[in-house]
Amino acid sequence: MSRHIASAKLYVGVWLALICLTAATAAVSGVELGPFNVVVALVIATSKMLLVALFFMGVKYLSQRMTVVVIVAGLFWLFILLALSMTDYVSRAWA
Amino acid sequence: MSDRAPAIATHSPELEHHFSSLEQQLEASVMGMWVFLITEIMFFGGMFCGYMVYRYQYYSAWVAGSQKMDFRWGTLNTIVLLCSSLTMALAVRSAQLGRRKAIVIFLLITILFGLGFLGIKGIEYHGHWAEHQFPGLNWAWPEANSHLVALFFSFYWAMTGFHALHMVIGVGLVSWIAYQAWKGRYHSAYYTPVEVVGLYWHFVDIIWIYLYPLLYLISHKHISG
Repeated sequence: MSRHIASAKLYVGVWLALICLTAATAAVSGVELGPFNVVVALVIATSKMLLVALFFMGVKYLSQRMTVVVIVAGLFWLFILLALSMTDYVSRAWA
Repeated sequence: MSDRAPAIATHSPELEHHFSSLEQQLEASVMGMWVFLITEIMFFGGMFCGYMVYRYQYYSAWVAGSQKMDFRWGTLNTIVLLCSSLTMALAVRSAQLGRRKAIVIFLLITILFGLGFLGIKGIEYHGHWAEHQFPGLNWAWPEANSHLVALFFSFYWAMTGFHALHMVIGVGLVSWIAYQAWKGRYHSAYYTPVEVVGLYWHFVDIIWIYLYPLLYLISHKHISG
């Protein structure tokens, strides 16, 4: 099989980074940052998602380009769902 | 002519006849799994979208409901799930290397973490039920905006409930491939089920990675406004 086999050390390193990010987001949540509490929490969550997807799920090592297209298209669809819904509700203050 | 290899070579029993190689079969399965995961993203995405919209519209009710979450349980469960993802990734790696015993051991540890997550979630659920925070069947809210906070808790139960259901299915799937691995079904050239179930497990982890800040953290200890 020509599939890339990542080292166990890499997986443990990714896991350590995930645990550190979890500790960071838990710690920051106790600090009053106004609207930035949500921003920081979601940026950290997205970093964790990327670590899991790229390394644990092996997106970084995918040999089949078409699968990458499927994933990116799916995330773009999710973006349409969330972004267009929110712009609609946020801009309807008169309703 | 006589030097050429026979047109139909004997191939491994795992290879389905409509694929030309095990590698192609694995790639096709992985892509198929991602297509399924995209449908799952849209399924959970709808709930996340509703959660965001109502949080925007009924902010104070969302803050009031979030105050009832114990973020220590949420943090602990996040760590438990991240550990399970590590052992799942190591199980897939062991399969790639054809280490039968290691696959089984890592999968069993993954199952234990998964059950640990569900147990902790059960403790939380019991607490919310005891405090009458289950809209519809067992609801009592002594403070203001009872019906709006009930909406928050509806989202809480639906989102974490569907996530927990995915965890239960995940534990079942991992148990099945652990049994198959123990029987020696997988080797370095064929481990497609391990890879695909691994993708599912990590996906369920990612859903929790977003549920954790949205439910437990972003309104944590804020002054209800």
